[in-house]
Amino acid sequence: MSQNKRIYLDYAATTPVDPEVFEAMRPYFAEKFGNASSIHQFGVEAQEGIVLARRQVADFLGCDSKEIIFTSGATEGNNTIIKGIGSNKNLTGGKKPHIIVSSIEHDCVLGSAEYLKENDLAEITFLPVNKEGLAEIGELEKSIKDNTVLVSVMYANNEIGAIQPAREIGALIKKLNENRSQKIYFHTDAAQAVNYLDCDVKRIGADFMTISAHKIYGPKGVGALFVRQGSPFSRLMNGGEQEFKMRAGTHNTPGIVGLGAAIEKVKKQGSQIEKTKNQRDRLISGIFDKISGSALNGSRDNRLPNNANFRFEGVEGESLLVSLDMEGIAVSTGSACAAKSLSPSHVLLAIGLNHLQSHSSIRFSLGRLTEDSDIDRVVSLMPKIIERLRSISGNLEGGTVERGKLPDDFGC
Amino acid sequence: MYSDEVMKHFKSPRNMGKMENPDAVGEVGNPVCGDLMRLYLRVGKNEKGENFIEDIKFETLGCVAAIATTSMITELAKGKTFKEVLKIKFGDVEKSLGSLPPVKLHCADLSVKALHKAIQNFKE
Ligand code: FES
Repeated sequence: MSQNKRIYLDYAATTPVDPEVFEAMRPYFAEKFGNASSIHQFGVEAQEGIVLARRQVADFLGCDSKEIIFTSGATEGNNTIIKGIGSNKNLTGGKKPHIIVSSIEHDCVLGSAEYLKENDLAEITFLPVNKEGLAEIGELEKSIKDNTVLVSVMYANNEIGAIQPAREIGALIKKLNENRSQKIYFHTDAAQAVNYLDCDVKRIGADFMTISAHKIYGPKGVGALFVRQGSPFSRLMNGGEQEFKMRAGTHNTPGIVGLGAAIEKVKKQGSQIEKTKNQRDRLISGIFDKISGSALNGSRDNRLPNNANFRFEGVEGESLLVSLDMEGIAVSTGSACAAKSLSPSHVLLAIGLNHLQSHSSIRFSLGRLTEDSDIDRVVSLMPKIIERLRSISGNLEGGTVERGKLPDDFGC
Repeated sequence: MYSDEVMKHFKSPRNMGKMENPDAVGEVGNPVCGDLMRLYLRVGKNEKGENFIEDIKFETLGCVAAIATTSMITELAKGKTFKEVLKIKFGDVEKSLGSLPPVKLHCADLSVKALHKAIQNFKE
């Protein structure tokens, strides 16, 4: 490991807890430790923390406090909605419901949809995206059926940062619902978006929205789900009466307080986003300037300001990641959840890359603690690293092996 | 995630690069992970008249383990007769590298296949 300062460029995987957020959480571990459901003073103290956090989150999403349910994070929120709405036959008069999810959703959405399909609980359409990684309204409209109950399209993608046309989708669904007996609900996973985009649920027209604390400088293991008043809902966790009877389980008081504080901080971050965007743009132009055979995956403009996902010819992503790690620079090859799997990223395949290209990709995601000098260091190190890996690979791309025709028995 | 020995080979791979006019080439790939390996052989004959690997080089487009296992297999194979070389199992490659994470065992297997393919290419 190098003696240089470590550089973290994997903010899309997770963020460090902001010191102010940490301070807000602190009393709720040992001092105000009561169970928020208890009637005595200890319980009331904890409850007050939760009430405040709920207001902070609701205020950010432009909804009512009663519409916010605290969860263990985005995975739980997404599972709850996809499975709960997707399998709800009451909505379709007993018919098997149909749901539409974009093909670049997070694994927890896709996994929940697969679950419904395997258990014959719902019909699923995986909505394709274009080369830029964006869902197209026309395509979406075409895939709507009489028994469609849910459309789930993420607000911004975690791997390539592609910002989806969430408002247009919301508007389309609203329009369609005017002439349908069977309402379509719109869910959006906003985990990656909260820090950067307007998440007002009314402007977006969302019925459900998932958010997570650890992507916005809050603690891990806590998130929130917006459920529009009057929407159908089936809870995932049975048991106690917490969260308006919609999510049982003792409140994670410090976590919930942390989520509220983290959202407050997002509201006040001012010019931070601009700074991140400038650094990211510097990274992109620096890489393009110095490294031939490099390309950006996903849209250049409809992109989260902190994301840059590159591919490099003749280089494999994991060896690039490890080479950077040896220099103390942390990036990722796709999503953290899939970091240990061999298959290419479903997101990169969905935007039309072939296997070779998607295996040559890495993601940089910047954040609040990123400094200009970090970017300079990356830009100055990258050419050497790429050159070395290309010398090892001899730029094997296009070699005598035809990938498509290879037998699939190598034990992967 | 990787053993020290794997990292050593990743940082300074042995016998890396192209070979001019090789006697044989073996190339394999894994369609799932997308890794590609190519081995070049220079084949000699020992006093008993057996074929042996006089020189060996590799090129690999792949993960850290793919690079380390091809580097290692060139070390294991260099100077050995075909008969000896064909006895090398992927477990031997793994052991020589300390260990490999379970999902990366196939990288060692792939390097063995590349060697077999190169030898077969020589025989043809
Ligand atoms: S991951 Fe398949 S050869 Fe390394």
